[in-house]
Amino acid sequence: MNLHEYQAKALLRMFGVPAPDGIVARTAEEAEQALNVFSLPVALKAQVHTGGRGKAGGIRVVKEAFEIRPAAQAILELTIQDHPVQALFITPAAHIAQEVYLSLLIDRGERSVAFVGCAEGGIDIEATAKEAPEKVFKRKVPISQLTRLNPDSLMDFAGQLFEDPSQARQTAGLMTRMGRLFVEKDASLIEINPLIADAEGTVLALDAKMTVDNKALFRHEDLQEIREASGEDPSEASARAQGLVFIRFDGDIGCIVNGAGLAMATMDIIQHHGGQPANFLDVGGSSNPRKVVAAFELILQHPGLKVIFVNIFGGITRCDDIAQGILTSLDTFDVSVPIVVRLVGTNEEEGRAMLEEIGIVTVTTLEEGALEAARIAGAA
Amino acid sequence: MLIDANTKVIVQGITGRDGSFHTGQMLAYGTKVVGGVTPGKGGQTVHDLPVFNSVPEAVSETGAEVSVMYVPGRFARDAMLDAAEAPLKLLVVITDGIPTLDMLEAYETLGSKGIRIIGPNSPGIIKPGQCKVGIMPARIHTPGSIGVVSRSGTLTYEIVHVLTEAGMGQSFCAGIGGDAVIGTTFTDILPLFEQDPNTEAVVLVGEIGGQDEVEAARYCRRNMSKPLVGFMAGLTAPPNRQMGHAGAILEGENDTVAAKIERMEYHGIPVARLISDVVPLLRGMLQPSEAPQ
Repeated sequence: MNLHEYQAKALLRMFGVPAPDGIVARTAEEAEQALNVFSLPVALKAQVHTGGRGKAGGIRVVKEAFEIRPAAQAILELTIQDHPVQALFITPAAHIAQEVYLSLLIDRGERSVAFVGCAEGGIDIEATAKEAPEKVFKRKVPISQLTRLNPDSLMDFAGQLFEDPSQARQTAGLMTRMGRLFVEKDASLIEINPLIADAEGTVLALDAKMTVDNKALFRHEDLQEIREASGEDPSEASARAQGLVFIRFDGDIGCIVNGAGLAMATMDIIQHHGGQPANFLDVGGSSNPRKVVAAFELILQHPGLKVIFVNIFGGITRCDDIAQGILTSLDTFDVSVPIVVRLVGTNEEEGRAMLEEIGIVTVTTLEEGALEAARIAGAA
Repeated sequence: MLIDANTKVIVQGITGRDGSFHTGQMLAYGTKVVGGVTPGKGGQTVHDLPVFNSVPEAVSETGAEVSVMYVPGRFARDAMLDAAEAPLKLLVVITDGIPTLDMLEAYETLGSKGIRIIGPNSPGIIKPGQCKVGIMPARIHTPGSIGVVSRSGTLTYEIVHVLTEAGMGQSFCAGIGGDAVIGTTFTDILPLFEQDPNTEAVVLVGEIGGQDEVEAARYCRRNMSKPLVGFMAGLTAPPNRQMGHAGAILEGENDTVAAKIERMEYHGIPVARLISDVVPLLRGMLQPSEAPQ
């Protein structure tokens, strides 16, 4: 789960990493109230889960009081890369003497946690790593040491970011606190871009991005609350609550599959035959008929649905349980579209027999099923 | 190849629903399951096997070298660190939903003791006809000379199924798991296949996210004499959406399936776009002279 800048900065401050305070505004009126707290100039920053805010006009610096309402209004009307702006973070505009890049992340390839730095701030780190890899440096940290890093051991790294010894020392200190925050909140990324030295030589986080591990949310009530308030697609949220992974698309072939890899391969083969999947849906590795019913309920809400393709390769999942889920769905909902069922694996004979009794024909291969679904949808 | 007919296996979480069911399935396959572990339930029996309170106790009583874990995600850290205290060779983690930092900690700790981890979120490993350590449906496998290594569970079954239908048995199949941080990667497994006298060729099943498939292709070109064929899922996956597996998220243009297939083919690894293409590609690699152009 991605946190907004204002949420990430609140956590950074809580752990002792300097970051400018600010106010969250959802209307132009609320934005104006910020002037009761901060003196001008202030920066208005769109809070959206996407990059490229600056280029899209999502960040404005306001120098005069009369400018703040129209500026806030203009940003709140923006949609940045399909993300409508719903909130602004208003913060005192900083004087930037020097800016650098600093992040702490999970390095998949190394199976470790690592600090990543670059002496240029505000950059696109992925593009820089590709075009000028010599500018980007990395420092692996064993997970067992992350909560008790010694700032002295980070001075080499920090010195590559800021030549000034006092600024390097401040940076090494805040890196130790980033380490504690990372572990304490099960982060997978804390990115400070840019980390700046201001006119007084104080080092602080001017922007912040933080991603936390969805698999660890069970032990973080504060982060669960953020997720609940995050405006997630309601059908995707309800799927998650039922133990399904559901992602909505624009096509007309509903898909119910067990396993993420097989679900992706099913989407691929449908498109290979000219069809368009309405969704990605992984019922997971369990044989609970209720999950199938929940899957039907979600998919049947899809506008323009033409066919449902159920593709199951049962290992831990039992085909008779899936068949039971299909039968219950047909009894419970008004299913007006055809269903193509491919059922193989554990208890497949029982499962197929249950469906054939009520006239549902099953197919045995993925290829056959995908082709039939695409044909019904009018694509093949 | 990590396991064989003589490998002694213990089951962590043996008293749970999945652990108990799959212990029965493994015993039925002929796997030498010798006991299990559930803290606080030592002294009980499951399928007539002794249950112990800790992994070190279970290992010293049974001589097991391999543990397979069905413990729920939120208890997985303690279970993995318990396994680190025993002289095991291998820990196979079936559990899905383990926090990434717990996994990193376990990888560091078990790695320092020389214990290999397979998984998490893995269907397990199987040497057909000899030993099954995991949850895969036994009957789709048949002994033979094709190695299979995959990041996915059910997709692996699909590939194994088409191989078996085509008369191509398997030497060893490993599901390495769909998470972002896993104990054993493609490049960790490939040397084992290269050294295994029973393996003639390898099928590598990958998906969106990360660079492991490309690393595997580079490794194969430099270090392997045996042919490798790829299959990749997620050619049509949209960016910035996590497709079920924690590891299956596109973080940049480099880890799309299309980009990865291009890099793999650059390293000389043929990649099937459809499951039905895997067998013909494999046949072509095994009998180059008869390969269709």
